[in-house]
Amino acid sequence: MHTIKHHKADSLYTTFERKAPGAEVSHYCPGCGHGTAHNLIAEAIDDLGIQDRTIFCSPVGCSVFAYYYFDVGNIQCAHGRAPAVASAMRRVHEDAVIISYQGDGDLAGIGMSQIVHAANRGENLTIFFINNAIYGMTGGQMAPTTIVGQKTVTTPGGRHAANEGFPIGVAEIIASLHAPVFVERVSLANATKVMKARMAIRKALRNQVEKKGFSFVEILSPCPVNWKMTPVEARRWLENHLEPVFPVGNLRDLAKGPFDPLDRKKPARVSERRIFEILGVNEEEPHSGTVRLKEEQNVKIAGFGGQGVLSAGVLLANCAIAEGLNTTWLPSYGAEMRGGTANAGINISHDSIGSPIVTHPNALIVMNLPSLDAFEDTVRPGGAIYVNSSLAKRPIHRTDITPYYVPASDMAVDLGAIQCAGVILLTVYALVSGAITIETLQKVIPLSIKRKNLLDLNLRAIEAGIAWHRENCR
Amino acid sequence: MGQHLMKGNEALVHGALLGGATHYFGYPITPASEIAHAAAELFPRCGRHFLQAECEVSSINMLYGAAAAGARVMTGSSGPGLSLMAEGLSYLSGAELPSLVVDVQRAGPGLGYIWPEQADYNFIVHGAGHGSHSGIVLAPNSAQEMCDCAYRAFELAERYRATVFILADAYIGQVMEPVELPHKLLVNPHKDWALYGDAASRGNLHTSIYLKLEELEGHNNHLQEKYRRMEEEIVDYEEVATEDAEYLFVAYGITSRICHSALRELRGRGVRIGMLRPKTLFPFPSRRLAALAGQVKLMVAAELSAGQMVRDVRLAVDGKVEVELYNWMGGRIPTTDEIVERLAKTAAGRKA
Amino acid sequence: MSPEDGNFIDINPQRCKGCAACVVACPNDCIEIGAEINSMGYQYARFAVGRCIACGMCFYTCPEFGAITVYKKPRKGA
Repeated sequence: MHTIKHHKADSLYTTFERKAPGAEVSHYCPGCGHGTAHNLIAEAIDDLGIQDRTIFCSPVGCSVFAYYYFDVGNIQCAHGRAPAVASAMRRVHEDAVIISYQGDGDLAGIGMSQIVHAANRGENLTIFFINNAIYGMTGGQMAPTTIVGQKTVTTPGGRHAANEGFPIGVAEIIASLHAPVFVERVSLANATKVMKARMAIRKALRNQVEKKGFSFVEILSPCPVNWKMTPVEARRWLENHLEPVFPVGNLRDLAKGPFDPLDRKKPARVSERRIFEILGVNEEEPHSGTVRLKEEQNVKIAGFGGQGVLSAGVLLANCAIAEGLNTTWLPSYGAEMRGGTANAGINISHDSIGSPIVTHPNALIVMNLPSLDAFEDTVRPGGAIYVNSSLAKRPIHRTDITPYYVPASDMAVDLGAIQCAGVILLTVYALVSGAITIETLQKVIPLSIKRKNLLDLNLRAIEAGIAWHRENCR
Repeated sequence: MGQHLMKGNEALVHGALLGGATHYFGYPITPASEIAHAAAELFPRCGRHFLQAECEVSSINMLYGAAAAGARVMTGSSGPGLSLMAEGLSYLSGAELPSLVVDVQRAGPGLGYIWPEQADYNFIVHGAGHGSHSGIVLAPNSAQEMCDCAYRAFELAERYRATVFILADAYIGQVMEPVELPHKLLVNPHKDWALYGDAASRGNLHTSIYLKLEELEGHNNHLQEKYRRMEEEIVDYEEVATEDAEYLFVAYGITSRICHSALRELRGRGVRIGMLRPKTLFPFPSRRLAALAGQVKLMVAAELSAGQMVRDVRLAVDGKVEVELYNWMGGRIPTTDEIVERLAKTAAGRKA
Repeated sequence: MSPEDGNFIDINPQRCKGCAACVVACPNDCIEIGAEINSMGYQYARFAVGRCIACGMCFYTCPEFGAITVYKKPRKGA
């Protein structure tokens, strides 16, 4: 009995139903190199026993329909984006064998960014790059790899380096990166070279199975129809004209990648309980709920960036929550932040809060002179203004609002930390407005300040604020 | 109950994680960067995956790959990033892969600036990218809703095999408010159509190319049928004081918050004004607006754009009631007073 | 078409586009493009005669799927 020595790979369908019912031939032109490359890849999939695990990313180009043939998981990707698609799939299924199969327009033209970054991340992927120096599917236009002088429908006089640049050696670019473990350029020009291509393809896939990292095979491939040659002529032209520009051979073959992709990218298993802890789902904030607001509070806190203006606002909003009140905090936004004053608007109310934007505050806390100048006129009549008189050394112009001149920065320096000025002013505001209680302030402040010495300072700042209020307010 | 003071952008990440998000891919952009910051911190700690992509083109294609692989995947960006994603968004719709895409709108066009605007409406609501396609568009107007929208986004996306957009704005992303987190952790289910790199899913294929006219036509009809089903099943909106309303604000996002304040002020002055706030912009609450068209004298569409949502309002009421546009562009935000005075003047003029 | 004791290849006429890659690849000139035309209109390749060593060069260069199957002769004593 004769034995079968070479036969169609099992990981290729027998008939191509996605193409047409009962179809037996590919959609590729006679003599096209894609079929040869497909056969070599399919054989390697068979021999490695990875058919079930394989996901094949089809590009845009002639091989867009690779899923007609490969009996594996299939996904067709946007032009040039397969390395991004494959990178994401790699991070979902660590044991899948993911192949990105791309042409020269796809990979070296529109998708150059995606391939370089996937390679640079050392994704544990296998990339097969079919370089036939021309755009096939769209009808023979110039590719990034079209060689100088080569005639295409968009370089009818031949590619002119001064106008269109030189052909890009992608394998060399990939090999210039640190992360890839395997980079080789092969050719389908003749049977001997096909057998070398076969070995490179198998190696590139085996690397992925062994989780070594990023493997890249550039395959110089004939396109007889668009080169306007017979299949036999095309293979000769490939050898005589493409190979001198794109030398075949191995550019990188490491036993081990620069890192273990598995260690780097596998997230740990985390229990539901732990996730709730991390996100604070069951955390209870201190809650007193004793305050009755005389009126809705629309507070603006303004000062230099770095004076803790935004965080004082956050502290106030957190206290409001602890009082069982509704609140919003919104930072000043954009250009006004850059002029030296930062500000935050905080609303506190028993009701739901409509606009979170504080345009006309009924309480303005100003930490410096520019803020006083900027916002004094915006305070609603009957409102209050809390002035850090250490830095804003002028009385207010308005007569229809109540000023509190607190030398907060000087007091803070006396305590030993100038950044406590905001808390001193906030304490005075709390006592005057009654919007939040001192007990709440004392309870909430440790939640945002973790460092023990800073916490002590801030608690002493609250005491200083209380003392100032006792002495200056009746 | 535990309430946490959080930025809208952070609340969104919390909601997504509790909603079962497994993967985040994104590229930083103001005013959406806190989403990436919170995701970078929290996704890995929760055993999920975070990767900063090289650009938004890659981000959206990573969504395509991860969604095809069965993940619950999301990204966050702003207008310039969304423009880059247009191609991928079209592919996601074409291949019917579910994912969550957040647009924290900033002012445009071009690089514009980081102030809030609502001028991505047409682009997002009426099908970002080429071809006849849409996603579900949710419009939160608080930090709480940022959380809630992200929490339910994946179930919605998977139910329809569609993209869910959260169309926020710079203010809703930046505002800090008390947020109550959901107390149930949602789990990413197994999907029969996804690629798992195993024998059972080997026959699965994701593509959006159809060579036969009847197939592509049929695919388009199938997508449109799906969108019609969304209109039947998931339109969502909030009504404020509409029972006796003579005037109606129609607004979403930050604008609806300001209109809400204006509404309270106007009601205090005796102006009978209500508000309809779309919580889904696609599908749009057209039927409810059509019903209200028979009741109110004037609708005011308030938005931060040259007038984009207003067209959907006018389409919904079909000429039965006048629809006036209050709009602001370039990042300018109206004050409550400004809206109050303008509406009060209109109301007084109509009484006279 | 199964020579009694030699190696041989089987070319499926309905899967061949007549590109002749196999003809060039064969180290022993066992393959030729025949005169017959298949249902797609291609003059397909056929195994001619001879000294096939079952090396598989034709199989590996062939761009079609399942067009060529290579058979090895029985081993002596088998």
